[in-house]
Amino acid sequence: MSAARGNGKGGKRTLKLLIVDDSNIIRRRIERSQQLEELEVVGTAANGLEALEMFSKTDPDMVTMDLTMPQMDGIECISKLVQLKPAIRILVISALADKATAVEAMERGANGFLNKPFTDRQLNEAIAELIT
Amino acid sequence: MLREEELKTFVEGTTNYFEVAAQQPATIGSPYLTEGAPSVHDYTGVISISGKREGVVYFTAPRAMLTVLLMKMQENDFSHETMRDLVGEVANTISGNARRDFGRDFVISVPSVLAGEKPEISQKPGQRSFIIPINWRSHSAKLIVSLT
Repeated sequence: MSAARGNGKGGKRTLKLLIVDDSNIIRRRIERSQQLEELEVVGTAANGLEALEMFSKTDPDMVTMDLTMPQMDGIECISKLVQLKPAIRILVISALADKATAVEAMERGANGFLNKPFTDRQLNEAIAELIT
Repeated sequence: MLREEELKTFVEGTTNYFEVAAQQPATIGSPYLTEGAPSVHDYTGVISISGKREGVVYFTAPRAMLTVLLMKMQENDFSHETMRDLVGEVANTISGNARRDFGRDFVISVPSVLAGEKPEISQKPGQRSFIIPINWRSHSAKLIVSLT
């Protein structure tokens, strides 16, 4: 789990992004790949419990959320985050490719769904779609 | 008996990972059947399946292949933990594909990872496994499907 706070880029209002995934590779990949000026990565978490802790420290505007994680899974974490901040934007990034899972995530409050594996372009498009 | 379309789901889940994550498709070697515990490479991602079918599916790969795959993914950490993480992610993708295609008749576990020198993989006596070679660049991994 790590947190960072930085200044807005060029005086613009930046949106704060929290990355939640139990895979180090995926967390680093999202951090490296996201290229939108409007976004600033403020923290990462490896499970739902860490995500809630990071949420209280960084107050993110947007979250990328894995679903299958130890301790607290993504579905439960989405519900809790939406309760804490109804305006939060959540992009689920998961290998669970079945429609029922996507529907459940959306019903809990997720705003978008991206299947793993993904390309940098697919990631950036999915994030861009969520912030417009 | 394992049906061809079931096997196809596992194979596509594996090759799709290489095609999308590394932007370079893998090719499939000639599948074959083996009896008893199949040999595995350095790192193995395992998913267990129950319900309509019972058994396990493994993705097993040598460290050299995983290192190149990580490089293609712009990753610069090649530690033991990252190798474990990567085979777990490939297994996770195979699992996700299977859930999508097979629905709730199949109960598919969260992947686990085996690493080190030739880990023991238990097999029922007489059980046969499909071995599908997954060739990528100059390396070869295996997809092992062992279902009843």
